[in-house]
Formats: sequence, C-alpha cells, structure tokens
Amino acid sequence: MFPKDYYYSKDHEWIKIDGDIGTIGITDFAQNQLGDVVYVEMPDKGTQLEFHQSIGVIESVKAVSDVYSPVSGEVIEFNEKLNESPELINQKPHDEGWIIRIKIKDESDLQKLMSVDEYEKFLEGIEE
Amino acid sequence: MIREPLLFDISEKGKRGFRLPELDVPGDPSLLKGLPLRTEIEDFPQVSEVEVVRHFTRLSKTNYCVDEGLYPLGSCTMKYNPKINEVIASMKPISYIHPYAPEELSQGNLEILYVFERYLSEITGMDAASLQPSAGAQGELLGMMLIRACLEDHGDPRKTVLIPDSAHGTNPSSAHICGYGIKEIHSDGSGRIDIEDLKKNMTKEVAALMVTNPNTLGVFESDIKKITGIVHSNGGFVYMDGANMNALLGVCRPGDMDVDVLHLNLHKTFSTPHGGGGPGAGPVAVKSGLEPYLPLPVIKKDNGKIFCEYDRPKSVGKVRSFYGNFLVAVKALAYILSLGPKGLREVAEFAVLNSNYIRKSLDEHYHLQYETPSLHECVFSDKFQKELGVSNLDIAKRLIDYNVHPPTMSFPLIVHGALMIEPTETESKRDLDNFIQAMKEIAREAKENPTLLKEAPHQTYVRRLDETKAARNPVLKWEKKSDKNDRQT
Repeated sequence: MFPKDYYYSKDHEWIKIDGDIGTIGITDFAQNQLGDVVYVEMPDKGTQLEFHQSIGVIESVKAVSDVYSPVSGEVIEFNEKLNESPELINQKPHDEGWIIRIKIKDESDLQKLMSVDEYEKFLEGIEE
Repeated sequence: MIREPLLFDISEKGKRGFRLPELDVPGDPSLLKGLPLRTEIEDFPQVSEVEVVRHFTRLSKTNYCVDEGLYPLGSCTMKYNPKINEVIASMKPISYIHPYAPEELSQGNLEILYVFERYLSEITGMDAASLQPSAGAQGELLGMMLIRACLEDHGDPRKTVLIPDSAHGTNPSSAHICGYGIKEIHSDGSGRIDIEDLKKNMTKEVAALMVTNPNTLGVFESDIKKITGIVHSNGGFVYMDGANMNALLGVCRPGDMDVDVLHLNLHKTFSTPHGGGGPGAGPVAVKSGLEPYLPLPVIKKDNGKIFCEYDRPKSVGKVRSFYGNFLVAVKALAYILSLGPKGLREVAEFAVLNSNYIRKSLDEHYHLQYETPSLHECVFSDKFQKELGVSNLDIAKRLIDYNVHPPTMSFPLIVHGALMIEPTETESKRDLDNFIQAMKEIAREAKENPTLLKEAPHQTYVRRLDETKAARNPVLKWEKKSDKNDRQT
C-alpha cells in the first residue's frame, strides 16, 4: 500500500524524489492515527528548513500534531488545495494529499530515512 | 424527542414580554436628536415572556452538570461545588463591595485576598502568590512571563522551553505566546520524564522546564528532585502546571520539590464552578526569587492595615483589571476553611483511592498502556475494542446513554485512543460502582453488538454529531436565510 519509490521517516512523513526536488506528505498510517484532518498549517515559500525541523501542524478532530521535514532545504511550493480540502490528506495521503515541495539542500539526509520495506517493518514494531 | 425550535422560528410580529404605559407627560424628541436611536432591531425575535422562559428552561434540561452526576473528565477535576461557597460569596458585604471603594472601607475584603494568598503559599510550599490571573491558561502565561522578566533582568535571556510529552496541552501554547521555542521531552517506559533526554536537551539556552506533576497519565514524577536539580544547575527555572494538584493536596508540596513557580486552578482543585459555570481563576505562586516580578497590585499588610502595593519597579505590570476574579477567591477560601488541613489531605487521599478503584475494577476490560501506579486519574485505551472496530469515541458516546459524562479522550497523545478518567473525591462508592458497571456493559456491547456503540448516543436530544463537518465548516451564529429549511440542517 505504500509507494515503493518513496523514502519514509520515523515520524511517518514520506518524501518522493524528482531530481533535486522532494515532495513531502504524511503516510496512510499517520492519517489513520490522526483521524479526520480539519486544518493544515503550512510554511511560506522560501522558508529554509533544517532536517527534522517542524514544517507546520496538522489539526484533526482528535489532536494537533507537528509535521517534520524529512530533509533540509527550501520550501518552493505548498499544496494550496489543502486550504479548502484538508480531507485530501485522509483520502489520498500518498499523492493528492501532499503538503509541500522542497528544494533539497543535502541529499545525504535521505540516508537517514527508511525504504518502503524498512518502513513496513518499522510499523509492525509499533502495532504490536 | 421534539426538537426545540429557535426563537427566530417562533417569532410573531407584535409579541413582546411587557408593555410600558403611554407617556402621559409632554415629551421633547429634540433632546434625543443626534443619538443613535432605533425603534427596532432587524430580525430580533418577537416573543412573549412565557415563551422565552419555556424555551430556555427546556434547553437547560438537555444539559448535563456536576450537580446531576459523575463528570469524569481527566485532568479537569470536575468535583462537586459545595453550596456553602455560594452562600458565603453571596453575602452582601462581600458581593456588594465596589472595586473603587477606598482601602480603609475594604479591609475585610482585602483580608480575604491577603489570607487566601498566604494559604495558597502554605499549601504549595511557595513564598508568595498572585490572585490576578483569570484562569489556568492566563496563570501559565503569567508564570512564563515572570521567568522571562527575571532572566532578562539578570542579562540572560534564553530561547527555549522544555515540555514533556505527558504535560498538559496548554503548556506549549503558553510558552509560545511568551516568545519561547518549544522542545519536547520524551517519556520513558514508565510514563515518567526520560531523565537522559532531559539532560541531553537542558542547555544554557533553556529558560524553563514546564512539568505537570502528577502528569497527564496520573503518574507522579518520583524523580522530581533530580529533575529540578538538572534544570537549576543549568540556570533554568522549573514551572509546574498545578492542574493536577488535587492528587497532592495536603500530602506533598511543589515548593518542597524545588519548583520555582506554579499555577493553581481554583475551578479544579478548590471546588469553584468550572467551565460554563465559571468564571475560573488561575492564581500563581512563586519562590522569593520571582516575587519582585509579580503583577500589580500586590496585597501587603503593615501595622495591621492591608493595602495594595503598586510601586514595584520590576513588576510585569497589570495582567487583569482590579484584583482578579474576587468572588472565585472567596469561594475557594470558603472551601479551604470548611475542610481544614486534615480535610484537604483527605480530598487527595479519596481522589486517589477513587481513581484506583476504577482502574482496578476495569483493567481486565480496558487496556492500560502504562502499568505504573497512578494517582488521581487513570488512562485506559481502546486497544481491546479497536480489534472489534470500536473506538474510544464510540465508547465515550455510549457512556452518555448511561447518563454519565464522557471522560477526556485522545489525550495524552502518548496513549493512542486514550480514555482519561478522573472521578475526583466527590463520588460515593455506589456512584463509582454504577460507572464501573456501565463501562463493563459497554465492553460487553462492543463484543456482542458493536453497531449499538457506533451509532450512540441513542437516548439524547441530538444523536451523533458530525464532528469533522463542525470543525471544517463551523456555523457559529444564526443567519437569516430565504429558505427556512436551510438553517435547520
């Protein structure tokens, strides 16, 4: 169920790589834990993010949670559709529910992330 | 059940509560010229007195309150509010005093504030207190402002506040509004602060640690002296969220744990009305190092005369009009005096006993993520029921059908699907048993008829609400619509 070519973080963010551009969102597991998302706070374009720095917050009916950047870099775009339709994060977390696009500063950050197989194994550990 | 119509919907032109007689002396309309007068408010409902009274009385009967039954909202301490508090606060010399009355005519009321501050300092083991903050969140903010004022005064402004993941949800917000960055400290396997994580993050940039003790798992931070030691040795302050003070009352004191500043919620621990029945009050108590920064005015006594001191150059200034929520302080003082030291300790003892009675009675039926002994509240999760497709929300909604207010849900975040139950000392064994029985029934229903839970509540004025829709598209006030059906949906 998790896309094969994405990288995953322990905080349940995913990143899809396209050249030096990364698209970032949260995983299906994360959206399921959060419940219905009602608001997404996103950073401005041009914001410089460090590895594991808070991108913004996701508010659901149950909780408010930080989303952390899985890599360092500069925010070049955010998903404006989420302003009107935060439910995209619940419905299509791995594609249309993406949150930001980032120009990656340091590709070596990707080595700190998990492959899909590692992430699935990681989830098994949590769910036990 | 018949749905109560809005007053707008039963409005009939020309109806009113009462009529004044016609003016029988000569009037002079020119006197009112230029004033913003109007004869009618557009769309204001026109109804008779009896219609208004019945409307609100019927609505009030759909409500639920602590005078009606158990209200086990974890970390909210929804205890019974003794009626003697209201009797004292309604006494004319107390309720009729004007805040602008001269001090020499207000000595009795000033003494109430003065004595109450001393009692709160004694109960918490602190050196001084301020009754100014209107509620817990303002108390938290003031506490952080005092820390900031002191650090800046000593030329050491810092940037970050550490907050454990088991702390109260308002703490990060208070620190953020005070201009600090937030760093979360993890819990260890027992649900207590991970000391190693604290040590790692306790740098010279850290202004304070905000600790809730007992934390939102109801677990006492037994290493609290070690924790305060680590923070102090790095030049930081320890702020304690006193929302869970009901567990400690008369047994141990934050001051003796080397806490520097804490707030209390009079509407929790000290039995004044909570929520819509408020207003609240969030006094702040400090150690002497923070005393110079307390907000204005500070109540002082000299030569038998009590007065308000305003000449305090280091003070953070005014944080609220006049003297805080004075009548709330009166009610809380009445509570303290009617219980006495022994009674206050019994409050904590029975609050802890009641919570543990529930915990022990339900631990086979509901999952306990942390087995560490807990004090005044216990946190179950929906893990067993989740396998049957039933969530903590369904359990909470079903409890309403058993005429019990649902517990705090989905908090703390470290327990997924949390049900945080705090019965307080108020409840008798019979009422606790009724609650336990309801929870057992619900656990059984989850196995035998999960649909019953998923569609709950069944016995209420309104059924399951669409919380997501309410959060995404809140309708906060009535608006005139051309189609009458629109506004009823």
